[in-house]
Amino acid sequence: MPKFRLNRRYVISALLKQREDTLVVNGLGGTCWDIASLGDNDFNFYVWGGMGNACMIGLGLALSQPKKKVIVITGDGEMLMGIGSLATIALKQPKNLSIVVFDNELYGETGSQKTHTAYSTNLSKIAIGSGIINSSIITTKADLLLLCSKIHQIKNLSFSVIKINQEQEEIVLPIREGAYIKSRFRKALLGEKILLE
Amino acid sequence: MDKASNNKKYNWPYNIYEVFKDNKIKQIAYVPDAGHKDLIDYCENDKNIKMISLTSEEEGVGLLAGAWLGGEKGALLMQSSGVGNCINSIASITRACDFPLLMLVTMRGEWNEFNPWQVPMGKATAKVLEALNVNVTRCEKIDDVSETINAMLGLAYKTNSINAVLLSQKLIGAKDF
Repeated sequence: MPKFRLNRRYVISALLKQREDTLVVNGLGGTCWDIASLGDNDFNFYVWGGMGNACMIGLGLALSQPKKKVIVITGDGEMLMGIGSLATIALKQPKNLSIVVFDNELYGETGSQKTHTAYSTNLSKIAIGSGIINSSIITTKADLLLLCSKIHQIKNLSFSVIKINQEQEEIVLPIREGAYIKSRFRKALLGEKILLE
Repeated sequence: MDKASNNKKYNWPYNIYEVFKDNKIKQIAYVPDAGHKDLIDYCENDKNIKMISLTSEEEGVGLLAGAWLGGEKGALLMQSSGVGNCINSIASITRACDFPLLMLVTMRGEWNEFNPWQVPMGKATAKVLEALNVNVTRCEKIDDVSETINAMLGLAYKTNSINAVLLSQKLIGAKDF
């Protein structure tokens, strides 16, 4: 019996089912393929590089668009590389930002080496210690569905670690040309005229 | 702002603040440096500018990419040692997606530096940035600051380029304890 039962593709589907115009930023690697597995969307900013910076892209976006919900969905390895960003985000407390970490305790893209969360590191406690009070670890379907019912609301900065199982899923690659992903996102969010500025 | 208005011509940090206002800069990401102190103070006193204090300069590269996705311009303030901290993100996010970026870098390790540990990164700063095809311009004179930053800011946001203005230690004054 696996240590954690939640499947990442089930989780991503539940999280984004009711997304409407929610803006989604992923961390590089598995969470990118997870989001792509749901189909393409102009409000996805697919991050393919710059490991450790997904949450900060989300912060800049959330600060510039306070009326839009921004969700960053990243993995435990990516989050660990940018762990200081939790302290930075806590200083700003953007109400419209939620961070979700898919934690399988592995570096999935590089041969399944264990990350720090397989040992002593508790990302949720780091978030709380950084000043993100609304922080939790989710291991059950019931808790996941409770999160899904609230995550698209603009209420409070939140940080959720979802313990997912270590099953390998099909790799679904989204578009990868960075300039195109950027311009398409900006056009969808800000309107066609933005491309003329 | 009395201090600023009294000697406006020679108050280059205030001149930079004015350039920020003229260009509708909304997000200032920074790791503090003594050379940026007055500029940070001016921006902090402006409720229309969001100040984002970073734990590491690299965070500012991601932040300003996100800001631009959402339609806001910004600038990243750091000391020369901070350039080393953000290289991969500049390459793998800003360059990979053709994001605009303006970096204002106060120099250490050159004019009258007293700390030998500052010298290697100071000497490497421009070369490291140029290796990523960043446009690098140095400011040595007070009279050049405002015009240079205005030009580099315009260049960044009109051409999706990455521009660094190095504010020389001669301009900001060498640190001495």
